Amino acid sequence: MIGGFLTTLKLSAVCLFFSVIIGVVGAWLQGSSFKWTRRFVNGYIQLFRNTPPLVQLYFFYFAIGTLLPTVENDWGGESPLLGNFAWAAISLSFFAGAFNVEIFRSGIEAVPKSTVEAAEALGFTKLQIYKDITLPLAFRVALPALNNNLVNLVKTTTLAYAIAVPDLLYESNQIWSDNVNVTEMMIFLLIAYFVLVGVLVAGMNRWERSLKIPGYG
Amino acid sequence: MKLRTLKTIAAAFVAVGIGMGTASADALDTIKERGKLIVGVKADYIPYGFLDTSGAIIGIEPDLAKDVADKLGVDVEYVPVVSSNRMQFLEQGKIDLMIATMTDKPDRRKVVNIVDPNYYSSGTNVLALKKLGLKSWDDLNGKPVCGIQGAFYNKATSQKYGAKIVAFKGTAEAYAALKGGNCAAFVYDDSAIVAKTKDDAWSEYEMPLPTIDDAPWGLAVQLGEDAFATLMSEMIVDWHKTGRILELETKYGVANTPFAQAMHEEYK
Repeated sequence: MIGGFLTTLKLSAVCLFFSVIIGVVGAWLQGSSFKWTRRFVNGYIQLFRNTPPLVQLYFFYFAIGTLLPTVENDWGGESPLLGNFAWAAISLSFFAGAFNVEIFRSGIEAVPKSTVEAAEALGFTKLQIYKDITLPLAFRVALPALNNNLVNLVKTTTLAYAIAVPDLLYESNQIWSDNVNVTEMMIFLLIAYFVLVGVLVAGMNRWERSLKIPGYG
Repeated sequence: MKLRTLKTIAAAFVAVGIGMGTASADALDTIKERGKLIVGVKADYIPYGFLDTSGAIIGIEPDLAKDVADKLGVDVEYVPVVSSNRMQFLEQGKIDLMIATMTDKPDRRKVVNIVDPNYYSSGTNVLALKKLGLKSWDDLNGKPVCGIQGAFYNKATSQKYGAKIVAFKGTAEAYAALKGGNCAAFVYDDSAIVAKTKDDAWSEYEMPLPTIDDAPWGLAVQLGEDAFATLMSEMIVDWHKTGRILELETKYGVANTPFAQAMHEEYK
């Protein structure tokens, strides 16, 4: 049970981290002057935003997973390079990352063009403008939408139970099957996720407040 | 609330008592007079009792019931039953004989006359790669083992033998994960596993361990029908002796189960 809770925490943390990274990098590449980079990012967004996360999980685990080279494991068999936890982390990060790219884009587009032009006039490079000027301002605008998506991501980690990642829901399912205490486990699960997501939301709200610039946004 | 439940149960027992009192005529005489043997079988459990495309009940158990009717020289009529009503149908005399995938349990023997020996059985085993060379359940210690979410043997396999259960929603996913090398073995019903090992696509896999949690199935007649029970007991011994059950398994496309093979060896 505690193991299940820790797995959920770990999976959530990993996916939150990588999905935000994907969002930041993706939004930057979207503004690239190379046509094919922009096309690639848009293709990625379309693919991952327009397919259900459960289908993606199954696809990664059962379709891609079996195509990868296998490695000798400690019980004398051949197992795939990546296990179910790794695939859940990859798949959910890409899923949430696709949304994050669009969320960051909305923030970037809200940054006044004149600000960017001023930075260009001062001799900033493209990367510097993005890193030091556009992104910090965009972040403040995008944060409420980002909160929403990250809350959704934590809740979506429950889907990993379809590929047998022993998260909170998976462990609870085995417990209620063995002990026939379905009602109690349902109540526990609801409260556990409520508290978990509550902690995340409280943290994000604090962050949002601390980033506030008087007179902006 | 509790008192009322107790009263209901008591009333049910009284009703059962009255029911048994009235069924005093010998069942064998009744069947012969009627010219028809009425058997309760499953209609939703492939291959043991299911409906064909025309809606007729067929399967291993209906075929066994037909054997009994042939022996008595009467026609056979199948009554579809489900697990929750099969014993009640027999008690109330709606059916003469029940062959309905019922696990033989001591508390059930108090309600109906379960005939010895058991005619069938199923238990838990694993499907694993031959090259792993598994010998005992303890060999699973520390290895990932695929399973089905919610199955009762997951707990036993992980707590008693130290396997790490990787449980999926359905059998198809578990088989795919086993094939993909995500687990060392798949823990499931032995009858299904035997069928898989005969499949060409699974030729590298085997069922290497002794079956555990083996639960024998019993067919039943009404309590007090000793003459009928003796006849049925002879029928079952005869089925095992002649390999009739093995033959029916083959007919309905299931591989021979270890229990049926062992019984055939014993009575041969």
